[in-house]
Amino acid sequence: MPDLGRYATEVLSAYAVTFLLVAVLIGASVWKARKVLRQLREAENRRGSST
Amino acid sequence: MSIWEYANPRKFMATSGALLPWVSALAAILVVGGLVWGFFFTPDDFRMGSSVKVIYIHVPTAIMGSSAWFMMLVTSLIWLIRRHHVSALAAKAAAPVGMVFTLIGLITGAIWGQPMWGTWWEWDPRLTAFLVLFLFYLGYMALWEAIENPDAAADLTSVLCLVGTVFAVISRYALVFWNQGLHQGASLSLDPEQNVADVFAYPLWTCIIGFLFLFLALVLYRTRTEIRARRLRALIQRERMA
Repeated sequence: MPDLGRYATEVLSAYAVTFLLVAVLIGASVWKARKVLRQLREAENRRGSST
Repeated sequence: MSIWEYANPRKFMATSGALLPWVSALAAILVVGGLVWGFFFTPDDFRMGSSVKVIYIHVPTAIMGSSAWFMMLVTSLIWLIRRHHVSALAAKAAAPVGMVFTLIGLITGAIWGQPMWGTWWEWDPRLTAFLVLFLFYLGYMALWEAIENPDAAADLTSVLCLVGTVFAVISRYALVFWNQGLHQGASLSLDPEQNVADVFAYPLWTCIIGFLFLFLALVLYRTRTEIRARRLRALIQRERMA
């Protein structure tokens, strides 16, 4: 860990905010993708079984 | 082969599915590599001290915040002119990514500005335009959610995108237009007088390219989700009509 001196709080909080927001963005994207894919497969199965 | 082939959802899904693992891997390697390089292996700046390490996240995310809007502008124009659904869905998919990058740029800029400028915020042209761009992102996303008809939503959000482009341009070129405010000029420039030293520039370029690939990976991934969601809506409508 480098010695960040008197700006340690600013530097570390900037990196922490960035990692947190990027993680939330990726997490939300994956959650929505899985939900839509599951619903789409269910709808396609219903359509397949009805024809 | 024509670029318009990718307006076909099946062609887009096949191509993006093949590309996505490579783009994601490149994004991970470049972002992690660039940040580790910049954080652990670069010296402090003689004026800014260790706070210079904030540029490795602030500059790439701020660049991508406004670049995402320009990408949305191009895809919105394609929708308005050629009515390709994939392009409208790509713009919709890019908005949350651009919004988050813009928010990171605003927050990290404020965190860096407090010790360097003595203030968290200043109503200078560049900062104000960037804040307005962030509000445009929120408005754009809200408009997509507020309108039930997807084609009408794509039309109206495309028009909003055209209007918001003014602030995307101002946020990037405010210093050229007005030459005033607290925000300094470009960190990376062809002019050696303005450019940051090579020891900072190389990891910074790595991070910028890394965040570009992260943006591309997220937009490809989210556009695939939007295409599937559109197919899902169509199937549900058919079920209701049957």
